[in-house]
Amino acid sequence: MKELSINFLGYNFKNPIVMASGTFGFGREYGEFYELSKLGGICVKGLTAKPRLGNKPPRIAETPMGMLNSVGLQNPGVDAFITDELPFLREHDTVVIANISGNTVEEYVEMTEKLSDAGVDILEINVSCPNVKAGGMAFGTSTEGVTAVTEAVMKKATSPVMVKLSPNVTDIISIAKSAEASGADAISLINTLLGMRIDTTTRKPVLNNIVGGLSGPAVFPVAIRMVWQVATAVKIPVLGMGGIMTGNDAVEMMLAGASLVGVGTACFDDPYAPLRITKEIEEYMERNTINKISDLIGKVNTE
Amino acid sequence: MVYTTVAKISGLSGMSDPTKRKMLMPDVFLCEIVDKKTLADAVVSITVSCNELARQSSAGQFLHIKCGETRLLRRPISICSLQGGNIRFVFEVKGEGTRWLSEQEIGDELNILGPLGKGFNIPNGKIIVVGGGVGTPPMLLAAESANGKAKKTNRLAPGESRKNDVIAILGFRSADRIILTEEFIKICEKVIVTTDDGSAGIQGAVTKPLEELLKSGEYSAVMSCGQLLMQKAVADMCAKYNVQCQVSLEERMGCGIGACLVCACATVNNSGTTAQDSSGTVIENTEMSRVCIDGPVFNASNVIW
Repeated sequence: MKELSINFLGYNFKNPIVMASGTFGFGREYGEFYELSKLGGICVKGLTAKPRLGNKPPRIAETPMGMLNSVGLQNPGVDAFITDELPFLREHDTVVIANISGNTVEEYVEMTEKLSDAGVDILEINVSCPNVKAGGMAFGTSTEGVTAVTEAVMKKATSPVMVKLSPNVTDIISIAKSAEASGADAISLINTLLGMRIDTTTRKPVLNNIVGGLSGPAVFPVAIRMVWQVATAVKIPVLGMGGIMTGNDAVEMMLAGASLVGVGTACFDDPYAPLRITKEIEEYMERNTINKISDLIGKVNTE
Repeated sequence: MVYTTVAKISGLSGMSDPTKRKMLMPDVFLCEIVDKKTLADAVVSITVSCNELARQSSAGQFLHIKCGETRLLRRPISICSLQGGNIRFVFEVKGEGTRWLSEQEIGDELNILGPLGKGFNIPNGKIIVVGGGVGTPPMLLAAESANGKAKKTNRLAPGESRKNDVIAILGFRSADRIILTEEFIKICEKVIVTTDDGSAGIQGAVTKPLEELLKSGEYSAVMSCGQLLMQKAVADMCAKYNVQCQVSLEERMGCGIGACLVCACATVNNSGTTAQDSSGTVIENTEMSRVCIDGPVFNASNVIW
């Protein structure tokens, strides 16, 4: 029997696969396809202090082996999440991670208090959403911004806190270190890379928001590089994501230093992606006589 | 690269406790192409064979079709007709994905997630179906379903040969873009064709003959699919004559099942909730519905155009 479970921030993830925020809603839709308890964990759709309608469509554009999105944090707000969605997620034996995004530091703190009280397992602090005008990535692109949000959140959080970083920065290591120094319990990365497409017939941007976040296999090598850089620079654990489509991709991500692996865009191609990827990880372990998946974390040989 | 799981084959599908999974559920199917025709320039009809998919499908629903291994996103295409275990869809070649799809041949297999979405709620009484361009195909199944419902509700006596009370208004750019009219003629009491340039049928918009019909007061409902501006005009016309109207909307999609929120459509929500728009302004009585699962068919009166 292969040991797929990972202990991360004191929680037992039954496998390293975590559904990435924004691609899996609050689990209800994919929960019609398979039991959510088969998943290591679920990062819920990004929450804001107040309900948000998001950006005008079109919100998606295909790119070579990837896609741009500009949803703009459409969500029912943190209060509705706690009353209407969290009880449903709690019916399933999987780790629930609440992703939060604020316009201001105060909003991050307000949501942290509410979600800690509601007993979500882990908080994911989104300082990296590229699709909103205020807050979001504005905090995540400077060490000062990351420090301000993280320090404020850590004062009020009773659940462990993971900071989700943006790849749209020149020095990911200094940003990651500032999150660690501010008390973050873990780091997740990468959020989407800012991108743009233009319709050559109409000469208009494909996305109504003009720019959007790139995800999918196209970003995978960038994600591997950044996870490796961050994991070697900080002592806190890392959840790695960005373009994971196969079990082999997931293993690569763990070798780069990720303790957990986020899967998102893959579901649009294959609703069963997390289950298939988990199965493929097991097959890799069989082939390579690895008994514990945790033995792979950070084991890339750069000598 | 072969990423996609065909659940039935891999054994990943469904719940270990079967009572938790609904009897009828969309899933991923591998479907063999059994027929393929070109209906007009760059408009292709493909029929696939898949009992389970066909059995679950209804008018107004769509299939989310994988278009080759190098494209990440599936293409949503409406169901045009159902016959036994066969399911037919018609699409226009617009980009790389649909081009790939148009190059598949009889005997090839397609990876299809479906059937998806909320289809038409087939109304009672005399009905008008309106189709514009490549929005015409789903209206064929809608007309057929309305036909079937009329028969079931004894609007027609057994053995009566008169076609039932469905009228089709089909609008196209020009005569060479006309598709599927013979098939509508088989199942509709009357088929009215309009073209933008007058090269066939009535010149002008579908709303011209629509208004004539609505004025008669004989029709209880309109179902429609086509470009947004046409549908808005149809919806406005129905509102003017106080006739119920359902519209099938189109939007670029991601997951197709309601999780990713990319195919948004503003709709009326009178529950008293408020939400901020992207500039932070508080908007009342509005929500962003998901075209893929709350639609693609909406009551026109709920759509904020």
